[in-house]
Amino acid sequence: MTPSTLAGLVGAALVGLGLYGLIVNPQPLRKILAFNLIGSGVFLVFGIVARKGAAAGFPFDPVPQAMVITGIVVAFAASALAVALILRLHEETGQVLLDDENPASLPSEQGAGK
Amino acid sequence: MIETAAALEPTFGGPLLVLAILLPVVGVLLSFVLGGRFAERVALALAPVGLVLALAIAFLVWRSGAPVVYNIAGLAPPLGIALRADGLSGVMLVTAALIVAAAGFYARATFATPEGSTEARAPFAFWILLQGIWAALILLFIGADLFNLYVGLELLTFAAVPLVCLSGKPETLVAALRYLMFALFGSVFYLLGAALLYGAYGTLDIVLLSGRVAPLPAVWLAAGLMTAGLLAKTALFPLHLWLPPAHANAPAAASAVLSGLVVKGSFVVVVRLWFYVLPALPGDAAQVFLGALGSAAILFGSVLALRQPRLKLLIAYSTLAQIGYLFLIFPLASGQHPWTIDGWNGGLMQTLSHAFAKAAMFLSAGLIAESLGHDRIAEFTGAGRAMPVTFLALGLGGLSLMGLPPSGGFAAKWLLLRASVAAGHWVFALVLLAGGLLAAGYVFRILSPALADGSLVLKSPPQRSREHAALALAVVAVALGFAPQEFFDFLQIGRMAVAAQP
Repeated sequence: MTPSTLAGLVGAALVGLGLYGLIVNPQPLRKILAFNLIGSGVFLVFGIVARKGAAAGFPFDPVPQAMVITGIVVAFAASALAVALILRLHEETGQVLLDDENPASLPSEQGAGK
Repeated sequence: MIETAAALEPTFGGPLLVLAILLPVVGVLLSFVLGGRFAERVALALAPVGLVLALAIAFLVWRSGAPVVYNIAGLAPPLGIALRADGLSGVMLVTAALIVAAAGFYARATFATPEGSTEARAPFAFWILLQGIWAALILLFIGADLFNLYVGLELLTFAAVPLVCLSGKPETLVAALRYLMFALFGSVFYLLGAALLYGAYGTLDIVLLSGRVAPLPAVWLAAGLMTAGLLAKTALFPLHLWLPPAHANAPAAASAVLSGLVVKGSFVVVVRLWFYVLPALPGDAAQVFLGALGSAAILFGSVLALRQPRLKLLIAYSTLAQIGYLFLIFPLASGQHPWTIDGWNGGLMQTLSHAFAKAAMFLSAGLIAESLGHDRIAEFTGAGRAMPVTFLALGLGGLSLMGLPPSGGFAAKWLLLRASVAAGHWVFALVLLAGGLLAAGYVFRILSPALADGSLVLKSPPQRSREHAALALAVVAVALGFAPQEFFDFLQIGRMAVAAQP
C-alpha cells in the first residue's frame, strides 16, 4: 500500500465518521466537531490529489495546497462563528438544542422589524 | 476546441468585473474602519455606484454578444483564475444591485445609529453584513472557477447567518444556528466534489472542465456531492428545514435580501454546475430527479404556506415553493432540443421575478408588522384601507407569485409550461398549474381579510418612502412581464448548450 493510498483511505474514513456524527448527534457542538472531521478528510483527499499534478508535467502540483490552506481558514472561521452562536444561545436560554418541538423556534410576536 | 480557446481570452471591459467585486469589499473595510454611522453612509453611497457597474457589465455583454472575461493577474486558466460574465451574470448582477439598494434604503429607519451614540451594535453589523452579502453574490455570479465559487458560497453564508439573529433573541439564534449547520455541511460536500473533479482533471475552471469531463464514476460522485451540498444551501425540498424559521425571524430588510437573493446565489452555482461544467454527462435521469424534487417543493411549500397563521411565515413557506419552480429548469433546459430555449428563459425569468416579488413582499410584511404591532393574518381586517400602498405592493408581488398576467411570474410560468408540454413532461405541466392555484390561494388568504370592511387603529402609519421602496420592487416584478424578445436573447448569451433554433 503506497502512502497516498493510505492517505486516501484515512480521508474517506474521516468523512465517514463525520457523516455518522452529523446524523446521530442532536447536539450542535458535536455536529460542529463532525463538520471538522469531514473537513479534515476532505483536506487529506485534496492533499493527495496534488500527486496528480505530476502527470501534467509539474514535479508537484501546488494549487491543491493553496486550496487546502484556504479551506482550513474557512473551516476555522465557520467553527468559530458556530461556537459563538452556541455560546450566545446558552447565555440566553441556558440550553443548546436544535429541537423542532421547541416552541422557541417559532417566530415571536414582534419578530419583524426589530 | 477553438470555441474553448476563445472563451478563455480576456475581453474588453474585463477589469470592470474586478471593480464590481472590489467595490462592496472596499465598502466593508471602510465601514469597519470608520465605524459608527459611517457604515450606513458607505453602504448607501456605494449602492448606486454598484448598480452603475452592474449595468455597464450587462451593457458590454449585450453589445459583444459574448461573455466578458478577465484573467486575474493576467494568468490564463488552468494556472490562473478567470472571471466571466455572461447573460445570466448580467441580469443577476443588476437584480442584486437593485434589491440591495432598495433593502438598504428601506433599512435606514430600522438600522439608523441612534442620536447621541457613536455606534450601535445591530446597525453597525447590519450595514457591514449587507455589503458582505452583496460582495459574495457578485463573486458567485461572475466566478468561473469552482474553488472560487466555494469561497463565494462561504462568504455568503458567513454574511447571511448573522443577519438572521441580529435581534439576539433566542428563537432567532436557534434559526441562525440551524441555518449555519445546513450551510456548513452543504459547503463541505461541495468542496469534496470539487476535490474529486480536480483530482480527475487537474483544473477547476468551468470552461476547461466542460471540455474534459467524461462520465466516469469519480465525476458522477463529484456531481452528486456538489449538487447535494448546493441543494442544502438553496433549501430545496427535502433539505429546506432551516429556511422558514431563518427567513421569518430575520428583520424585514434582511429577509428581503435572504429570500430574494441569497438562495439564488447557490442556485446559480447549481446551474453553472449542470449546464456549464457537466453538459457532457448523460444526466437526463439526474435532471428529471432535480425537477421532481422541485415539483415536490412546489406542492409541499404551497400547501404549508396555506396553513400559516403569520404573514412572515407564510411568505417564507412561499419561498420554498417558488424555489421549486427554479429547479424545473434542469429537466426543461438540458440537451439540444429547441424547447430548451423556453425552459432556460422561463427558469431565469422565475429567478428574477421571484427575487423582486419576494423582496417586495417581505418589505411590505415588515411595514405591516410595525404598523399593526403583529402579523397575524386573521386580524388584518380593514388593514388594506389603513395602509393601501403597502398592501398594493404585497398584492402586486403576489400577482407575480401566482403567475397572473401581466407579470414576470406569468412570463416565467408560461415559458416553463410551454417547454414542459413541448418536452412531453406532462407531470411538470400539471405541477405548474397546481402551484399557480395554490399560490392564488395563499395570496388571497392575505388579501381577503385585509380588504374586508373594518376599522383598525394603526400603532403608527407606515413611512411613505419605505412603502415606495417595496412598491418599486413589486412594480419591477410586474414589469418583467413586458420584457421584449431582446431581453430573452440576452439571457441566452454565453449559454453553453445552445439549442438549434426552432
